[in-house]
Amino acid sequence: MHIKFERRVEYSRKILISVPVITIALSILISSALLLILGKSVPLTMYSFFIAPFESFYSITEIFLKFGPLLLIAQALAIGFRAKVWNIGAEGQMIMGAIAASAVPVYFVDSTSIFLLPAMLVLGAAGGMGWAAIAAFLRTRFNANEILVTLMLTSIALQVLYYLLLGPWKDPQGFNFPQTVLFQDEALFSPLFQATRLNTSVLIPILFTIGAWVFMEKRFGGFKLQVGGLAPNAAIYAGFSAKGAVWRSLLIAGFAAGLAGMSEVAGPIAQLQRSITSGYGYSAIIVAYLGALHPIGIIFAAFFLAVIQIGGDVALVSAGVPISAVHVFQGLLLVFYLATYTFVNYRLRILRPGKSLPVGATS
Amino acid sequence: MTTIEFFLAGTMSAATVFLLAALGELVAEKSGMLNLGVEGMMAVSAAVGFVVTYETGSHIVGFTVAGISGVLVSLIYAGVAITFLANQVATGLAVGILGLGLSALIGRQHESLTVEAAGGIYIPILSDIPLLGPAFFQHNIVVYLTLAIAVAIGYCLKHTRLGLAIRSVGENPNAAQALGYSVHLIRYGAVAFGGLLAGFAGAYASTIYTPLWADGMIAGRGWIAVALVVFGTWKTGRIILGAYLFGMVSLGELIAQSLGASIPSQLLSSMPYIVTIVVLAIISTNAARLKLHAPFALGESFDGSESK
Repeated sequence: MHIKFERRVEYSRKILISVPVITIALSILISSALLLILGKSVPLTMYSFFIAPFESFYSITEIFLKFGPLLLIAQALAIGFRAKVWNIGAEGQMIMGAIAASAVPVYFVDSTSIFLLPAMLVLGAAGGMGWAAIAAFLRTRFNANEILVTLMLTSIALQVLYYLLLGPWKDPQGFNFPQTVLFQDEALFSPLFQATRLNTSVLIPILFTIGAWVFMEKRFGGFKLQVGGLAPNAAIYAGFSAKGAVWRSLLIAGFAAGLAGMSEVAGPIAQLQRSITSGYGYSAIIVAYLGALHPIGIIFAAFFLAVIQIGGDVALVSAGVPISAVHVFQGLLLVFYLATYTFVNYRLRILRPGKSLPVGATS
Repeated sequence: MTTIEFFLAGTMSAATVFLLAALGELVAEKSGMLNLGVEGMMAVSAAVGFVVTYETGSHIVGFTVAGISGVLVSLIYAGVAITFLANQVATGLAVGILGLGLSALIGRQHESLTVEAAGGIYIPILSDIPLLGPAFFQHNIVVYLTLAIAVAIGYCLKHTRLGLAIRSVGENPNAAQALGYSVHLIRYGAVAFGGLLAGFAGAYASTIYTPLWADGMIAGRGWIAVALVVFGTWKTGRIILGAYLFGMVSLGELIAQSLGASIPSQLLSSMPYIVTIVVLAIISTNAARLKLHAPFALGESFDGSESK
C-alpha cells in the first residue's frame, strides 16, 4: 500500500475553512496526551485555558490587552509572508520600538507636555522601522538572507536593551533593578475602563487591520506583494520590483512591531524593563499562519492565541501546568496547521500494489 | 592553564557545538531539505541529554538518548515538510517553536542544576607538549569524533553512491526519481541524520561545554549553525573553518574579561550575531556564486509530479 498526495485542479474552499478547526482539535488532543504524561488534570486544564479567561470582566479586558499586539504584528507579518519575505525578527523590531519610544520619558522625566505620547508613537514606529530597515538593506543590497539577519538582529536588540537597563537608563532610585523610571501619566495611554490595564492603544491594531484589509483586498499593492513572493521572476517581468516588496514588507512589519513595543511601555508596563515583549513577536508568526495570512482570519487567530495566553496563566495557578505548555501548544498549532493545509491543494490517494490506475483517471 | 591555552582549548570546544549542528544541516540541505528547526532540535536534546546524564550519571547514555530525541524532533519536520509537502521554511520555524517549548517543559525540574563535565582524553607525549598539549590534545573524545565525522561526511557526499543519491535528490528530484531513487525516503534519512547530529550538538552543549541546564541556553547557536552552512557554501572544509571561527568569536566575552578590557559585556555577547550578519552579507553578495553551490532544489517540496 502506498499513500500519495495528488494536486487538485482547483483548491478546496470547504477544506480551507475547516483547516483551523481540525488544527485546534488535533493540538488539543496531543496536548491532552502530554498533560496525562505530566500527571495534570485534563478537564481542569482545558477549563482554565478556554473558559476561565471569560469568567470575569477584568480577565476579558486582559484578553484584549494581549489581542492588540498579537493582531498588530501578525497583520504586518502576513503582508510579508504572502510576499515570501520571511521576517522572523518582529520580536527585535518590537524591542527597538519600545526602546526608541522610552527615550522620551527617560530624558524628559518631569515633562507633563501633551506631546509626550505623540512623540513616543512616532519614535516607536521609527525604531521598529529602522531596525527592520537594516535587514531590508542587507537583503536588497547584499542578498543576505532576511530570516537569519532578522533573527540575529533580535538577539542584538536584546543586548542593546540590557545595556541600557543596566547602564545609562537605569532608574537611579530603582534599587539597582534593571529597569527605567516609571513613566509619568502623560506618557501613558489612558485606560478604557477603571481598574483595568486595557487602554486606548487597542485602537491602533484595529485601525491597522482595516488598513491591511484595504491594502490586500482593494488595492493593487497587495497583488504586487504577492507576486513578488510567489515568483520573483514573474514579478520582475510584470514590471514590479522584487526589491520594493522586500522593503515594503519589512518596513510595514517594523512599523507595526515598533508601535506594539511602544504600546507596551506606554501601557501596561509603564516603564522599560527586560521582559517588555512577552514573546509577541514570535507568537505573531503563529497568528499570521493560523489566520491563513488573511486580514480577517488573523483577527480570529489573534483572539484565540490571546485567550490561551491568559488561559496559560490561569492553568499555571489552578492546575499547576507549567507556562512552557503554552509554547508547546502554540508550536503544535503551527505544525498541525501546516500539515492540514496540504489538503487544501492536494487530495490523498491510497494506491494498492498490483492495481494500476487507468490512464487519465482523475477520481 | 594560561590565557592562550584557555583560548585555543575553548575555541575547539565551543566550535564543536556549531560544527556538529552545521554538519547535520549540511546533509539535510544537500538532499534539498532546508530544516530551520535546528535551534529547536538542539534545545530539546540539550534538555534531554542533561536530564538523562544527571539522572544516570552516564554521559554515554545521555548522548545516546539526546541523539534519539534529536531524530524524533527532526521526524516531525520531515513528516510535515516531506510527506505533507508543507512549506519548508514555515515547517522549520514551527518545529523550532515547538522544540523550544518542549525543552523548557522537559528541563523544568532541572533548572540551574549542573553535572560533572566529561573528562578529556590523554594521549601520551602529545598531551604533554607545553601549550599545544592542553590546547589541542586534552579534549573530550567528542571533539575529535566530530572532526572525524566531518571528514567522513565530506568523503561520503563526494565519493560514494550514498552521497550521489543524496546530492541527486537535492539537485534534481525528478531525475533522481527517474533513476530509481526514492526521493522521499532519502530525504527522510538525510533529515533524520541532521536531527541525530543536532541532538549530539545539544548534548555536547549541555553536558560537556557548559555542563548545566538553563532554559534558553542554546541561545541562537542552532541558527548560527544554519548560517554556517551558507558561509561554507555547502562545502565541508569551509564549514569546519567557519565553526572554528565562531568558536573563537563566542569566547570573546570571556577573553576580554580576563584581559580586563572595558568593553560593555553586552557588545561582546552580541559579537557572534554581528559577525554572522557581516559574514552573511559578504558571502551572499555574489548571488550567482551562491546559487551555483546551493543544492538546486533546496527548499522545494516534491510531490512526484513532473510539472513543477
